[in-house]
Amino acid sequence: VCRETTVESSMKRDNKPNCPVLVPSVILHSRYRELAPHLVPLDYTNNPDIRVPLALIVAMPELKENPFRDRIVETFSEDGHGNLSFNDFVDMFSALCETSPRELKTIYAFKIYDFNRDSFICKEDLRKTLNKLTKGDLTPEEVTLVCDKSIEEADLDGDSKLSFSDFENMISKAPDFLSNFHVRI
Amino acid sequence: HCCLGVKTLSMKLNAAHPISEQSDPLSLSGRSRGAIISQYYNRTMQLRRRRQSRPAIRDFSRSARPSIRGYGMEVDSTDAEVSKRDRLVNNLQNLSVSDRVRMLRGMPLSVAEKTLQKEKHTLSGSQIPCCSQLKYYIIIGARHSWYSWLNFLHSLQLWQVALKTVSGRFGTGVLSYFLFLKTLLFFNFFLFLVTGAFMVLPQAVHPPVLPAGRSSFSGLELLTGAGYFSDTVMYYGYYSNYTLRKSCRDDGGVQNVSLSNGTRLDCVSKHLSYNMPLAYFFTIGVAFFITCIILVYSMSKSFGQSFRIDKSHSILAMKVLCSWDFKVIKKTSVKLMSENISTQLKELLAEVNQKHVKNTACQKLWRLMVHGLAWTICIGSTTACVLAIYYFSGSRIADNNLLLTEASLLALPVVVSLINLLLPGLFNLAAWMEDYESPSVRTYVAICRNLMLKVSVLGLLCYHWLGRVACWESFVGQELYRFLLMDFIFTLLDTLFGEFLWRLFSEKVLKRRRKPVFDIARNVLELIYGQTLAWLGVLFTPLLPAVQIIKLFLLFYIKKSSVMMNCQAPRKPYRVSQMTTVFITLLCFPSFLGASVCVTITMWSITPSSSCGPFRELKTMFQAGKRWVEELEKDNPNLSVLARAHSYLVENPFFLFVGAGIFLIVIYFHSQVVDGQRKIISLLQEQIENEGEDKKFLITRLQSIHEKKRTPARRLTSQVSLCCSGALQQLFLSKAKTISITWPPLSSYVFFFIYFSFRTSAVEIPTSSRQASSVL
Repeated sequence: VCRETTVESSMKRDNKPNCPVLVPSVILHSRYRELAPHLVPLDYTNNPDIRVPLALIVAMPELKENPFRDRIVETFSEDGHGNLSFNDFVDMFSALCETSPRELKTIYAFKIYDFNRDSFICKEDLRKTLNKLTKGDLTPEEVTLVCDKSIEEADLDGDSKLSFSDFENMISKAPDFLSNFHVRI
Repeated sequence: HCCLGVKTLSMKLNAAHPISEQSDPLSLSGRSRGAIISQYYNRTMQLRRRRQSRPAIRDFSRSARPSIRGYGMEVDSTDAEVSKRDRLVNNLQNLSVSDRVRMLRGMPLSVAEKTLQKEKHTLSGSQIPCCSQLKYYIIIGARHSWYSWLNFLHSLQLWQVALKTVSGRFGTGVLSYFLFLKTLLFFNFFLFLVTGAFMVLPQAVHPPVLPAGRSSFSGLELLTGAGYFSDTVMYYGYYSNYTLRKSCRDDGGVQNVSLSNGTRLDCVSKHLSYNMPLAYFFTIGVAFFITCIILVYSMSKSFGQSFRIDKSHSILAMKVLCSWDFKVIKKTSVKLMSENISTQLKELLAEVNQKHVKNTACQKLWRLMVHGLAWTICIGSTTACVLAIYYFSGSRIADNNLLLTEASLLALPVVVSLINLLLPGLFNLAAWMEDYESPSVRTYVAICRNLMLKVSVLGLLCYHWLGRVACWESFVGQELYRFLLMDFIFTLLDTLFGEFLWRLFSEKVLKRRRKPVFDIARNVLELIYGQTLAWLGVLFTPLLPAVQIIKLFLLFYIKKSSVMMNCQAPRKPYRVSQMTTVFITLLCFPSFLGASVCVTITMWSITPSSSCGPFRELKTMFQAGKRWVEELEKDNPNLSVLARAHSYLVENPFFLFVGAGIFLIVIYFHSQVVDGQRKIISLLQEQIENEGEDKKFLITRLQSIHEKKRTPARRLTSQVSLCCSGALQQLFLSKAKTISITWPPLSSYVFFFIYFSFRTSAVEIPTSSRQASSVL
């Protein structure tokens, strides 16, 4: 999927300069259409501006039980509210696929965990992440302690929040990140 | 990954400067796209420069502050977005194709943006002259067809849906077992293709004259591999020891003539001749060599992904941010996973908070005794089993009834498989008695013990097989076939009893809510054992890879149904990439290395049997190659250099020693480089911390100056007291000593003063005691 959408579509463009901007991959298009058959047309040659709303996207079986589903869809949406066009849909699954490069996954993981979108993962972001992960199994004191200790461990320059470089440094030490941050479609 | 660590940290130093906001890929102002484009413009520029000249390691010396390298670089933030994009496209064009593709894939831009980049690229592409344009179109066409082929392969991915179901329910840990099975399947498929094409097919097309008295097919052959199968293309004994030629007569060739002088028939086709012994020898050699290369490559790739130089301490942060498995989609599994993570977090918190309790001498002695006892039990039971197998294999049951004699051949494989099944249970009991604290240590000890058992059993069997019977190679091939089959049957039985019946038992009788756990390590070790048998047997049974393929295929479906019905995911944290690396290493080192050492010894020094097979009447199998080179030299004296090269390089062990020596030296150099990179990483981390402290110090200093200016009467009540200039000078000196600065901090102080004088309202005074004491 990754190879096809980013390179092959551009290769196809090289052959026929007059063909439309996107050559949709068949599987992804059928999945996208399944979400909202009344909204999404079969024919994409006119590049229509259709956006499927958040509520329909998070009903996909691959995302339905994921605690971060809202954040994932919001991160990849153009308007920030979770309404995905087909381009955004393709982006999402190609960033989350198996062969997606490490840097790309790190960038998007950071965006997903950054709830307040200030380019830093602060304590509040971590607290929300932890609550979504554990769904109330930890007491509030434990949650606070975990957040404090995590920031202490990963923060390199001492501003008590994680910037992207801190996050990237920490991820480079986690060998399981690449295989965990992967959604199969 | 040391390079990644270094790069990340040096980027962090660059990003510590406030002006490098532009290089932050996540600045979410309206210029986010522009920020990304300019960042990637810089990166492509660096890549182009790097492709021309090597990076200078002097940039990381202790005295220079790397962050200052960014200072004074062109920071043309006033540039319009469009021209930056053009420059980026220009840079992309000048990179090589693989670099360009990699850059494009790594860019966090939407697909629409990337196709616009490509669009600009092709517009300038139409300006090439016509001959190169033809070449350009040919290349594009070739690449297009290659991608279509890859798409086709991807669409018929083996077991795609099954793997998705398993990973959706059990996560990445259990999935790794099935992926390992798939890898083994591909290895066997490759072996089967090679041996089938070069050995089995030519011999099947030119069958030799067989001795009389072939037994008819009875069902027992499928289990024992003897009987009807023993004179077929399955075993070593069937293969001819002469050059196969296409002849005009009906009797299909003449037997027992010496090697490549071959047959002197009246009408001999000069074109199609096939030197069977040489083909046999070289096919096995080349197949093993290629398998070795593929194994070492995948092992090093897996090792590279999981090895981390900087074994440090951000365990809790990693657990929070990296441990959620996005592949799991089933509701109950998701609930289970979040429970697991909560438990692990609680354990980590307890560990972090608690001081490590030191054991008293008495407790240490007790633990040592327990460990010693457990190891004695394990080693003792292994030795006992090995001796039992030795005596059992020595005795042979001879009976008048042929069928019973054949069935008795199955006795040894059954005993060995039984031992392989039961003894790991004993090892588990011993480990439960020892009660290890860390689960990974426990797993490694279990793997060690199992390995010890299997290696000793296989070693004894290898010793037992060599040179006993007439036509011993076919006998060994048959034995290996039986062992492989028995291993499969016992795995089935184990799946039935160990998983299915145990689940029923624990649900109905023990009334436990939870299903039994799928033991990944034990199952993978069983797969590795089966693969070792297959590799050992290829020399003697060229069709053994086909048997192994069928076995793995069936095993996949059986294990998958069993796992879905009877098991649940492991509760303990399972480090997937580390364990995958361990398993690939085990596949390469004891398993493949042992098999190839056995095969090499067999080919190099053991006399082949004189009554059957392609190497009869030769001193060693290796002589086949040597004789061929001699024949070549006789026929064509110009090729004497080849013969001499052969005798010096291949037969003389000196070359091998020199090669091994060079290899070791290269490994040593690489390990020294890794050490150096580790030191650089720690230096850079220190510098980052120092910069952070500098920043805090300056903020508080500027804040205090500003406060003094505003309300000169009000005294500072913060914990930072910097009123006396002597103390200030001392502070500066101590800072200077730790950082060894010259002019850069002065300019940075000036900058900070200007910058923060406009932002005093937003700055908080750090009041924690740790920060204050560090500033002091």
